[in-house]
Amino acid sequence: MAQPAVPAAGSSAITPISAKAIAPWAVFFGVLMLVLLYFVGAEQGATALISGEGVHEWVHDGRHLLGFPCH
Amino acid sequence: MNSISVRALLVRGMLAGLIAGAFALAVAYFLGESRVDAAIALEETHSHDHGGGEELVTRTMQATGGLATGVLVFGVAAGGIAALVVCYALGRIGRFGPRATAALIAGAALLTVYVVPFLKYPANPPAVGNPDTIGKRTTLFFLMVALSVLLAVAAVIIGKRLAPRLGNWNATTAAGAGYVVVIGLAYAFLPSFDEVGKDFPASLLWEFRLSTLAVQTTLWTVFGLVFGYLTERVLAPAARTAPSRVANSVH
Repeated sequence: MAQPAVPAAGSSAITPISAKAIAPWAVFFGVLMLVLLYFVGAEQGATALISGEGVHEWVHDGRHLLGFPCH
Repeated sequence: MNSISVRALLVRGMLAGLIAGAFALAVAYFLGESRVDAAIALEETHSHDHGGGEELVTRTMQATGGLATGVLVFGVAAGGIAALVVCYALGRIGRFGPRATAALIAGAALLTVYVVPFLKYPANPPAVGNPDTIGKRTTLFFLMVALSVLLAVAAVIIGKRLAPRLGNWNATTAAGAGYVVVIGLAYAFLPSFDEVGKDFPASLLWEFRLSTLAVQTTLWTVFGLVFGYLTERVLAPAARTAPSRVANSVH
């Protein structure tokens, strides 16, 4: 898994993007993406933010075939 | 590099995720749907309580529009998150170019987010799984995903720390072995569920689970390749034009 760094000697080494530049994007879009994943993978299963069965029934096949626990 | 390239990579990650989702959708439709239908047919011969009366969404809609919504939204969201991870990993995990970094992150995502949790809590077709335990099964599935991802991140950090002392190969092996041991302990100590009915065909269960693996493998493979290509195109021109800019400023 780990691919440890080698001291950058060649000109091919990429300059890392600073964590400060990534942070605002990661916080806002990371959360947004996780909310999307929640609605596809888990809403109206074990937990429900919206009442009823509509979301669960609509994404039912996708949820099974993406490997989420469905019912 | 600045936040403009983060935005550029995020947009491309979501686009690559959408393309990957389209490939995964084709696999899900052609490999998976027949197994879902077969499982639902078995479910209906045994009990009539599922769905209770009128159908909210017809089977046809579930297998087409519903399936497409689920897989494509998953692709875009997973692609966006993976793109942010690649943004951070670029230039930090060794001397890998954009394409190799994207491929490594996609491979790591398939392994840690899907394969490792799947080996403990495999996907179940309709008719398999006790509705009374859905809360517990959902919690443990997401716990396993979180544990796997966090341990993989820890393994990368520890591997980087060990590299100066052990060398790259041995440090990577040691960190990988540590990941496997801790995951093995989680497999051993977290509760398991065996809720497959006695008369549910073993071959159908196997084929269904293999199709879910095919869907995820397709998604992450296509994502890694497409996103790697797009990332290379964003970052490579900057590297190529940099020397000429220097040359211009000299004039």
